[in-house]
Amino acid sequence: MFPAPQTRPRRRWVSILAVAPLMLAAACGSGGSSDGAASASGAASSSGEACAPAGGKVALQFWTWVPGMDEVVAKWNAANPDIQVTVKNTPSGNAGTYQNMFNALKAGTAPDLGQIEYDTLASFRLQKGLRDISGCPGVADAKSDFVGWAWTQSQIGGPGVYAIPQDTGPMALYYRKDIFDANGIAVPTTWEEYAAAGAKLKAKGIFLTHFPQQDANWFDGLLWQAGAKIFDTTGDSVKVSLTDPQAVKVADYWQKMIDDKVVATNLQGFSPDLYKAWNDGKVATWISASWGYSTIRDNAKGSAGKWAVAPMPQWNAGEKKAGNWGGSTTGVFSGSKYPAEAAKFALWLNSDPAALELANAKGGLYPANVAGLELPVLKKGVEFYGGQPVFDVFKEAASNVDTTFQWGPIMTDTNRFLSDGFTKALNGQGTLGESLKAAQTQTVAALKSQGIAVTE
Amino acid sequence: MSVSTDRASRGSSTVDAMPRNRRVREGSRGWGLIAMVFLVSLTVYFLLPVYWLVINATKTQSDLVSTNGFWFSRIALWDNLSALFERDNTVFLRWVVNSLLYAGVGAAIGTLLAAMAGYALAKYSFPGREFIFSSILGGVLVPATALALPLFLLFAKVGQTDTMWSVFLPSVVSPFGVYLSRIFAASAVPDEIIEAARLDGADERTIFFSIATRLMSPALVTIFLFQFIAIWNNFLLPRVMLNDARLYPLTYGLFYWQTQISRDPQLQTLVIVGSLVSVIPLIIIFLSLQRFWQAGLSAGAVK
Repeated sequence: MFPAPQTRPRRRWVSILAVAPLMLAAACGSGGSSDGAASASGAASSSGEACAPAGGKVALQFWTWVPGMDEVVAKWNAANPDIQVTVKNTPSGNAGTYQNMFNALKAGTAPDLGQIEYDTLASFRLQKGLRDISGCPGVADAKSDFVGWAWTQSQIGGPGVYAIPQDTGPMALYYRKDIFDANGIAVPTTWEEYAAAGAKLKAKGIFLTHFPQQDANWFDGLLWQAGAKIFDTTGDSVKVSLTDPQAVKVADYWQKMIDDKVVATNLQGFSPDLYKAWNDGKVATWISASWGYSTIRDNAKGSAGKWAVAPMPQWNAGEKKAGNWGGSTTGVFSGSKYPAEAAKFALWLNSDPAALELANAKGGLYPANVAGLELPVLKKGVEFYGGQPVFDVFKEAASNVDTTFQWGPIMTDTNRFLSDGFTKALNGQGTLGESLKAAQTQTVAALKSQGIAVTE
Repeated sequence: MSVSTDRASRGSSTVDAMPRNRRVREGSRGWGLIAMVFLVSLTVYFLLPVYWLVINATKTQSDLVSTNGFWFSRIALWDNLSALFERDNTVFLRWVVNSLLYAGVGAAIGTLLAAMAGYALAKYSFPGREFIFSSILGGVLVPATALALPLFLLFAKVGQTDTMWSVFLPSVVSPFGVYLSRIFAASAVPDEIIEAARLDGADERTIFFSIATRLMSPALVTIFLFQFIAIWNNFLLPRVMLNDARLYPLTYGLFYWQTQISRDPQLQTLVIVGSLVSVIPLIIIFLSLQRFWQAGLSAGAVK
């Protein structure tokens, strides 16, 4: 796989400089990646790969960036002397750890298990980085224990199972109850009402929400709710349709909000400026995920008791659709010598009530496990939200997330293309709709350059 | 620069001593003011982020986002510091120790290697000397970023990724240090002294360690500082090599926390306090070695 480095060092440097992160595999053997495209559906036939426990003492390595995960794993290690798991705490996936995982896969030093977000599963699958664990003891039976869409996504469009869902980020509407009440605005149930609320708030000098430049995966969640089918990887080639009519509808809706100056366009997601605006009551809502409850709670302390949570506004009155933003799985890497033990650990990690409770307390994980949604801590009223049991809203949202939504095989790149377009659109160059078109063209080109068959 | 040339040209064109002095003073007052304003604004420009860092390190998480970033509110520096050192089983302390080890020991060994290589290249003539020197010079041109991945693959072959060695070993190599110490050894260590020492019966090792290193000491301090800072600030190598949080150096450890902020907002405060703490060793080493650093820089430049 790696030609002796000393023979042509300079050419290697040049090639390494030139390749974009995900194209690494392509540089090492273009034959492999075109196989990979076919495997998006084809290799699924190899599901049910034999997976028996090795027995004896087994040591596993697990890469994760959830705070406090080592404490959760310590519980497992205490109870399972024969399967000892070592946690490696890494920066988050897109901050470099995915790249390190790909490097390690190439070098044969990959860990047994790793945290992988849903939108990146297809990338790993494409590089043949994940082990099909559907044949491992207990995995097939676990399907009904997890939220529907999460399990479907860990199958990456085939019959195999490549990861165990860990947490999800069902979306809802966080809003400033005090501001809505003071201005006589009812909680919006449709996007139309949401825009109308924005118009009223604008008259008071308050922004309805912010439209971030860089959080393309937030926008993905909105597309998801609208039923946009932006990718389809089940066929022999990858279907890219970022300009799906539903996606265009969402883009046009937000473009109008931007044009009408109803939403703030100069506030970045997770920035001190945004938090200040929340604190000062200058921004009244945030369409966000379950994990966002602590983002507001810990950064806008001055507005304690003034926030509430309601279901996401709907495109058609009476519907109950929700989007999803974020969440991870625990994947078993293809090089693992002990897939059965690794799968057993991953199942425990993401189903055991005590493990889920600790992961929720330390890392803010909102379980993908159905029984986990009944954790006592997720049933209680939350003080910051005036005692509202906010997780009831998210629990319902989790069951209303479209199970057929699919991610593209190079989602990191696609999201970068999208946020590049958003940045321009927010600065008055082009529109969100044009961002979708540009991302479509760029994604198709990037896939083709990796030798992946594409249909548009 | 402009101030001194101005003064020199005026000086040479005048004959009378008294008016010259006066005129210089008048002229330099104008220039001095401009230079002063320029330097003060540069100082403000460079120190403003540090000022922000100091102010915000004293704030609680909620004050951090809700109060003016350029002035104090409630002082919570002590709480922040103890939270910083207690977090994740005192992992921050490990990062401090790691950084000092990587940068301190790495720079010391790197300086020694550079001194030996530079001295040998300057003082011994052997076939292929210029070729070796040019190859090393070529190494200066290759950015460290380009080497990180090949290094990772090499270390993976010998099963040493995710170890301290994987960051330490590549750090002790400094082509620029070899270059600097060759130039310096060539001019600062006279051949006559080496000859005399040889006649007195000193062996080559003694000559190098007792005589040459002393004569080269300003350059060695410069190399040490360069190397120390390069390793201290090296981000890419640990990023590619390490996955074990207990092995991270400060820079990468703080980055690791930074990426977890969306899950645990408290980390925002800790990253800021941690950044403040992490510049302290650099300030100390700079102030204590500044004297040598300046001497070394100018010495190299003239020769």
